[in-house]
Amino acid sequence: MSDSKTVPGRILDGKVPSGPIEQRWDKHRFDMKLVNPANRRRYTVIVVGSGLAGGAAAATLGELGYNVKCFFYQDSARRAHSIAAQGGINAAKNYRNDGDSIFRLFYDTVKGGDFRARESNVYRLAQVSVNIIDQCVAQGVPFAREYGGYLDNRSFGGAQVSRTFYARGQTGQQLLIGAYQALSRQVAAGTVKLFPRTEMLDLVVVDGRARGIITRDMVTGKVERHVADAVVLGTGGYGNVFYLSTNAKGCNTTATWRAHRRGAFFANPCYTQIHPTCIPVTGDHQSKLTLMSESLRNDGRIWVPKKKGDTRAPQSIPESERDYYLENRYPSFGNLVPRDVASRNAKQVCDDGRGVGPGGLGVYLDFSDAIKRLGKKVIAERYGNLFDMYKQITGEDPYEVPMRIYPAIHYTMGGLWVDYNLQSNIPGLFVAGEANFSDHGANRLGASALMQGLADGYFVLPYTLSNFLAQIKPDGMGTDRAEFAQAEAEVTGRIKKLLSLNGKRTVDSFHRELGKLMWDECGMARNDAGLRKALARIPALREEFWQNVKVLGANEEMNQSLEKAGRVADFLELAELLCTDALNRTESCGGHFREESQTEEGEAKRDDASFSYVAAWGYTGNLAKPELNKEPLTFEYVHPSQRSYK
Amino acid sequence: MKLTLNVWRQKKDGTGAFKTYQAPHVSPDMSFLEMLDVVNEDLILKGEDPIAFDHDCREGICGMCSLMINGVAHGPNQGVTTCQLHMRSFKDGDTITIEPWRAQPFPVIKDLAVDRAAFDRIIQAGGFISVSTGSAPDANAVQVPKPAADSAMDAAACIGCGACVAACPNASAMLFVGAKIAHLGFLPQGQAERSQRALNMVTQMDAEGFGSCTNIGECSAVCPKEIKLDVIARMNRDLIVASLKGLEPTGLAAKTLEQKKK
Amino acid sequence: MTGVLTLYRSSIGKKVIMAVTGIVLVSFLVVHMYGNTKMFYGAETFNAYAAGLRDLGHPVFGYEHLLWVMRIVLVASAVGHIWSAMALTGQSQKSAYANGVGKAKRYAQKQRRTGYAAYTMRYGGIVIFLFIVYHLLHFTFGVVGYGPGREYIAEKHGEFNAYSNVVLGFQVWPVSFFYILAMGFLGFHLFHGIWSAFQTLGLNNEKYTSMWRGVAIVVTAIIILPNMFFPIAVMTGIVGL
Repeated sequence: MSDSKTVPGRILDGKVPSGPIEQRWDKHRFDMKLVNPANRRRYTVIVVGSGLAGGAAAATLGELGYNVKCFFYQDSARRAHSIAAQGGINAAKNYRNDGDSIFRLFYDTVKGGDFRARESNVYRLAQVSVNIIDQCVAQGVPFAREYGGYLDNRSFGGAQVSRTFYARGQTGQQLLIGAYQALSRQVAAGTVKLFPRTEMLDLVVVDGRARGIITRDMVTGKVERHVADAVVLGTGGYGNVFYLSTNAKGCNTTATWRAHRRGAFFANPCYTQIHPTCIPVTGDHQSKLTLMSESLRNDGRIWVPKKKGDTRAPQSIPESERDYYLENRYPSFGNLVPRDVASRNAKQVCDDGRGVGPGGLGVYLDFSDAIKRLGKKVIAERYGNLFDMYKQITGEDPYEVPMRIYPAIHYTMGGLWVDYNLQSNIPGLFVAGEANFSDHGANRLGASALMQGLADGYFVLPYTLSNFLAQIKPDGMGTDRAEFAQAEAEVTGRIKKLLSLNGKRTVDSFHRELGKLMWDECGMARNDAGLRKALARIPALREEFWQNVKVLGANEEMNQSLEKAGRVADFLELAELLCTDALNRTESCGGHFREESQTEEGEAKRDDASFSYVAAWGYTGNLAKPELNKEPLTFEYVHPSQRSYK
Repeated sequence: MKLTLNVWRQKKDGTGAFKTYQAPHVSPDMSFLEMLDVVNEDLILKGEDPIAFDHDCREGICGMCSLMINGVAHGPNQGVTTCQLHMRSFKDGDTITIEPWRAQPFPVIKDLAVDRAAFDRIIQAGGFISVSTGSAPDANAVQVPKPAADSAMDAAACIGCGACVAACPNASAMLFVGAKIAHLGFLPQGQAERSQRALNMVTQMDAEGFGSCTNIGECSAVCPKEIKLDVIARMNRDLIVASLKGLEPTGLAAKTLEQKKK
Repeated sequence: MTGVLTLYRSSIGKKVIMAVTGIVLVSFLVVHMYGNTKMFYGAETFNAYAAGLRDLGHPVFGYEHLLWVMRIVLVASAVGHIWSAMALTGQSQKSAYANGVGKAKRYAQKQRRTGYAAYTMRYGGIVIFLFIVYHLLHFTFGVVGYGPGREYIAEKHGEFNAYSNVVLGFQVWPVSFFYILAMGFLGFHLFHGIWSAFQTLGLNNEKYTSMWRGVAIVVTAIIILPNMFFPIAVMTGIVGL
């Protein structure tokens, strides 16, 4: 991209400790300052979000004795969207004796992230992964067991070792409930105060430090100021900028985006992960997409008709007229190619007019061969619950007709920029879990999201945040400072404006239009022309939103349209930055595929010489002209190589 | 499909009444909540206040969605939440009555959204294992027999949606409380606090004002995670043991009792 | 130590009281049913049985001593059973109807997915209570159900006429019909109540559910079927004066 649209910024320092990688975290932990236990309750910490990162951090900080306030938009801390993760959680326990190690998990994660993650962070993640499992088991997480009573593991997402711990298909739920229980214990102990149905609408920065947030009580509409010595954001990803995603309906970017507008850098927003096996869209009413476990690809065969616009029932299409495109193109990996490859190929065949189902946006995942080979009983044992879920949603029986699947936005690797201490460029603002950008690079491996959220919350933040607090003194600042008043006034002003517009279009209609634009132009594959088209359309859509949106009711009540309106307004701003980042990064890497940058075989081609850096965007006040700060990435331990799945 | 909806609308001041809406363009592929989305879009464009209802993940796991649909919590299909219920389970021309969960400890916030904070307080009273971060032994240090782990998982599948309370003619929360007590009670890690946990949680449950179980089983019949009545038997057993041990409520439960006395 | 008061304070504790008192009452019913079968052996045996109850435990216990112990235990159980039922019902109704559509209506529409017996416990309980009152006034005190030509003969100097009382009592078909009907209610109550007791005392689990259901059915049948047969036996002349 010609850099005319961006403002060049500075070179960022990730503050990574020196020394051999395996000693960095230990050494750093020793070097960090501590807060005397008797003094801890004098510090107040705000935690926004109650998922694996936020909930675990709030609980652990409470255990340490800090005065913690935890905010979340759901009615209970147990409902954060971490709960929806199905597959499992990785840990380098090597209980299988199959060659796993901390170094191997580190290596796999850096490589899986397509060499766009910070090595030291990833190594630390692999190190603490083993503690996470210990902690969760002690909390009563009912992980799957073998008959001997020891923990079971499985191989996940194409990993060559079995390092994934799981609790049926509900691992995320069980881990979150573990964190929720720990949090509940601290609430009873009086160290943590919960603020359910409360949304953070702004960050307050005083004298260059994050000192508080402005919130809205979603039941009474009351806008409030909260002051603290540090603020932690564990508010998840921004996948809902695409409207349709596997995220919960309430997932939003408001907390991170408002922090960005207050000065926090937003890193690599274009790294978005697409999951290949979701149930396809059925119509305009579609409100979210449901993920089907990737394990289905172990036995299902993916195909589309060879002929364009073939509307025959799948059973009546003869074998010779079917295109098993993954098996044909990738003979060695076949249907088990990585998520991004499977997704992109599905898009290609659908773009080619060979998609199946309503709207031609779907491909078949066919189990008839597997049923012939193994019998219906075996397939039912392996995938029974998934087949039932599919039937429940689509009304079709996958034992009889092939499933239809299509890719969907699933996870966002980008997020607020943080250093090794998970601190953003605003002192006192810490960011954990999916909300930060740190550990997954350009692509996340399966079963690693849960690991990162809990690592940040249980084992990293409690140290690094303490180190920060140890270096400041509680100053008893109140919420009467001008910065609080100003932020509150801006929040109430926005609410008033949204309620006063009384236009002609609903919030959802704007969100759907934005989502479609993003999916079409900045989805699975991106190119210069499409991104420029999106960049031209987004500001216009945003302008229309602020003139023509219709939000009924008042602020002083439960008003779900108003909540959505505020979130969509922020998505409309983030979308522009996402496309700007995608336009800037002319290479293909991980979840970001630029059509201009591919190998002769049509595979993603990285450009390490030009793009081995983190793009950490700064807000300049002009959304069209963000500031591009760069954190160079160096690889001392894992040497960049090109992926190949042929 | 054309449907008529009979929806409970409740204002901030607590007054409520049924209101009838037409849903003329319903696709059988819609989920129940998507159908409500569409109705709401129409209402907004007509300048009418949209129907408030709780929802979030829309894949049956967060436990946020509720709704009493034609007199059944989470609607006619067994083992699913409202968000997973699809309109093909209804017929063209049907009239559907939609109500909120009704129980004293679940005050209605607006329309179909209720406050389930009582569940959180019951967990705070004892629904945990007291282990601080960092003090855990190696995960494989303690064996957990597979049947125990499986039973714990069966109980732990609870999503805390409150359908059990809504369906129970006594508005009792014992399936919810029993599920947590059974989950932790099946595991070796949960033994140290087992009796005390049962006593604390039951004390808090009573103080919140939930009704008492008469072993009817409506709770289990509507539970989207199909949690069995066994968990209530386990809770009863643990409570009997606690009272035979002469234990007194501690922590939040003790505080709640004190406040109630005042 | 006061922790044992949990049984009095908590909802589950009250349920335990229900279960334990219920078991006492069920045991009584089994014994009572067995005693009733003596009517098939004729007046002498039946009256001797009535007299023998007074002498129960002789010579360790004095005349009527053990009987009074049993009466006190029974009355205490009935009081405990009814008291916990009322306390729990009050708690439940407060919970269920507070946010209802109307004061006596919780939902505009409500479907039932489980069996009917469980829903009849409270009404069944009331019917059974009224039946017991009648039963005592009828056979124990003889103040209802008898009339000229069919006099109730009370005990006199250790002479019992229980047999003729029963026969004369059951010859009135509306009374017999009421007894049979009450046994029907009792059957529903026992069928759910006996299983419930196992559940409440924490003896139930998935594997045993069907076994306890079976036990409940068998015990209910043992109590109810013969009890229903006694009035029929009198009316059909199998048992007569």
